[in-house]
Amino acid sequence: MIRYVTRRVALAIVVVAGVVILTFVISDVVPGDPAASWAGPHASAAQIARARHYLGLDQPLAVRIGKYFAGILSGNWGTSIHTHRPVLSDIGTAAPATLELVIAALIIAVLVGIPLGLAAARWPGGALDHVIRVGSVLGVSMPVFWLALILQLVFAQRLRLLPVAGQYDPNLVFSHPLTVRTQFPVVDSLISGNWPMLGSTLVHLVLPALVVAAYPVGVIARIVRAQVLDTVGEAHVQMVRSLGFPERTVFGTFAMRLAWNPVTSVLALVFAYSLVNTFLVESIFDWPGLGSYAAASVSTLDTPAIVGVTLFVAVIYVVANLVVDLVQAALDPRIRLR
Amino acid sequence: MSRFGRFLRANPLIATGGVIALLIVLIAVFAPLVVPYPADAGAATHPEIALQAPSAQHLFGTDQVGRDVFSRVLAGARVSPVVALFVLLISCVVGISLGVLAGYFGGVTDEIIMRITDIFLAFPPLLLALAFATVLPANLTSLTIAIAISWWPWYTRLVRGQAASVAGRPYVEACRALGIPSWRILLRHVLPNSVTPVIVQVSLDVGGVILTASALSFLGLGAQDPTPDWGLMVAEGQNYFTTQWWLVTFPGLAILITALAFNLLGDGLRDVLDPRRVLVR
Amino acid sequence: MSQAKLEVRDLRVSFAGHPVASVPELNVDGGEIVGLAGESGSGKSMTILAVLGLAGTAGAAVTGSVRLDGQELIGLSAARLRAIRGRRIAAIFQSPALAFNPVFRVGAIVSRTLRQHGLSGAEATARADAAMRSVLLPPELLDRYPAQLSGGQLQRVAIALALALRAEVLLADEPTSALDVTVQAEVLELLRELRDSRGMAVLFVSHDLAVIAELCDRVAIMRAGQVVEQGPTGQVIAAPRHDYTRELLAAVPRLGE
Repeated sequence: MIRYVTRRVALAIVVVAGVVILTFVISDVVPGDPAASWAGPHASAAQIARARHYLGLDQPLAVRIGKYFAGILSGNWGTSIHTHRPVLSDIGTAAPATLELVIAALIIAVLVGIPLGLAAARWPGGALDHVIRVGSVLGVSMPVFWLALILQLVFAQRLRLLPVAGQYDPNLVFSHPLTVRTQFPVVDSLISGNWPMLGSTLVHLVLPALVVAAYPVGVIARIVRAQVLDTVGEAHVQMVRSLGFPERTVFGTFAMRLAWNPVTSVLALVFAYSLVNTFLVESIFDWPGLGSYAAASVSTLDTPAIVGVTLFVAVIYVVANLVVDLVQAALDPRIRLR
Repeated sequence: MSRFGRFLRANPLIATGGVIALLIVLIAVFAPLVVPYPADAGAATHPEIALQAPSAQHLFGTDQVGRDVFSRVLAGARVSPVVALFVLLISCVVGISLGVLAGYFGGVTDEIIMRITDIFLAFPPLLLALAFATVLPANLTSLTIAIAISWWPWYTRLVRGQAASVAGRPYVEACRALGIPSWRILLRHVLPNSVTPVIVQVSLDVGGVILTASALSFLGLGAQDPTPDWGLMVAEGQNYFTTQWWLVTFPGLAILITALAFNLLGDGLRDVLDPRRVLVR
Repeated sequence: MSQAKLEVRDLRVSFAGHPVASVPELNVDGGEIVGLAGESGSGKSMTILAVLGLAGTAGAAVTGSVRLDGQELIGLSAARLRAIRGRRIAAIFQSPALAFNPVFRVGAIVSRTLRQHGLSGAEATARADAAMRSVLLPPELLDRYPAQLSGGQLQRVAIALALALRAEVLLADEPTSALDVTVQAEVLELLRELRDSRGMAVLFVSHDLAVIAELCDRVAIMRAGQVVEQGPTGQVIAAPRHDYTRELLAAVPRLGE
């Protein structure tokens, strides 16, 4: 087990290093001059040249990459050309909002997708099965930015059931200020007992999370259905039936345990997809996350920021893959015993 | 014909998806002839009839510069699907070539190719495409290249396993023993036997590429005005959405239906052809 | 005549109108092992499923009567059938390696079943351990996954489960067909013990007439879904009345021939 873990971690490190190099190479191709962007629109040629030197842009690519590597290990991810702040701290401010949204969406996806898949598998060919299958394909075919706009229009603006945008009601900041501990508003309001704020954050989370959850729900429901249907004919299912367990336990407990394997293996992928979908959706809901930060960086040719965000997402993705691999090995003894 | 008919009835997924997909392809091909206001799909503007609600003359209403939305939506069938076509073409050519080489030769070649592939695979496709698209000038060609760069690794991985198992088979060994040059073996034997899963994967990927392309266009990184790209139309209509709902609804619906059609088609093909091989995307 | 533990009358199992098993009369009493012999596809397994009330899950329709201590099982409500299944009528199957859910420890399945039928956690553990010892297996094996146990061990765990539940009837569907001959002998010995010391009613299904001859007190021969002959084992073997029985007997290889 230890060897399995170390091997996976080593591979992960190699991959992340490659990602950094790749990102640098990409962003080096940026047409346009970041130094000019840094110096501002009224800078003189001399000032731009000094800015270039200050930003280290006059050094060869290999040297810049080397310095960058040395830097990231000590926490220096460069300075944002746009905000003039360390990229890492910018990411630190923006990332929690995005992660909060993605995690909320994935929780919804698992809580909704798995039972749907089970229900579809339990009565295959029935009306419920057809509805769930069509729904799943719809979820997977949905342009997320469009769904966001439509739901926002219907539920927020027309029906006024949910808030239009933002992470929480800005008015509450005065009456029930949020003590920031973990940078996750939901968690912070929970641990400080700030109930009005908690309510507000949760309500604001509903719409964006549902939108982002559409894709993973579709994927998970389909996988669970396929897996459970696969195992239904097998001897061990008949055995637990013969032991006197009700059908819902035969499916919900015994058949389901086998379905965790494909669900977890798809979870990392779904996480990555949801992360990027979140980027798309953030501007629509005024969500102050990495997506908004990345959009701003792109429009100002902010190379360190772009590299930083890409690196961050890649690292998260690699870590997520790793976590999933380990969870899978823990849940399915057949992998460990190999 | 009746055997085909029975096949369709037994596989409603393929039937529905296939019919809609065919319809979309037909619209794409015959768009200039079918579209009621062909000039509106291009650079024409009619500010005097801007932002009109759907009516008999303008089935989907008019947009912020007076163009007929219906015409533009139909014309859009030529944009995203064509991008998808080229993306998958490039991905297949590059991905399959590398996969076959890695699987057949094994050893160092395999290691190098697969490590590079792994690095590309470390990114979720949309993110990598996003990164590339931001550094290239914003147009459809860059969009195609950006998405293709992030899409090929999946085909390499898919094909490599196949190629490796084919390469180990006795008749391939025999060919090698007979002194037949490698490139011949690759072309004649390894390649044809490695591509079945690719067919299914491609049909499943069309939907995904269309969604990715429209997402990038939504962000402004792909098609530019006046190209009637669906993603771009949603972005342009965003600001008017609360009152002029038709600007966003119809183009988005077009994206949804297209992706849906190809996903259904791909699902059906997979059920019929090869239930175990495809990678979940 | 006092009633037998398990009485089957006019049992007919059919798939979409096609009959697959027909048993006009079959009794299994406590303290005896009754064999159900026949080739593959003769309807033996369907009979077992029908007795368990699970034929429906395989898509089959069942008519007739199956009585446990006089209580009619066919047509009984699902909830009451579930209380009987496992608890009073237990079953063991052909491939023990396939019959246990691979991602559960065998002990987990055992304890869940015991708790399902009303035992508390402590009682379940106690009974499980005692039952394991009865089948001559160390209770620690319950912590293992099915892949870590041999076929013979898994079959004994299945029998232990039936013991722990204090089942009165054991339906055994080809339980030794997938096992080595030596392991087979151990399992057969276990079944004999269940009959003798626990007074269980055992229905032993198999295509192997030699095993049936060795183990069973009475035997019913099935062919193409029909019971063609039944009676005390010695009698049926010595003086078979049906042609098919004669064919089966002739096909059994004998040592030293």
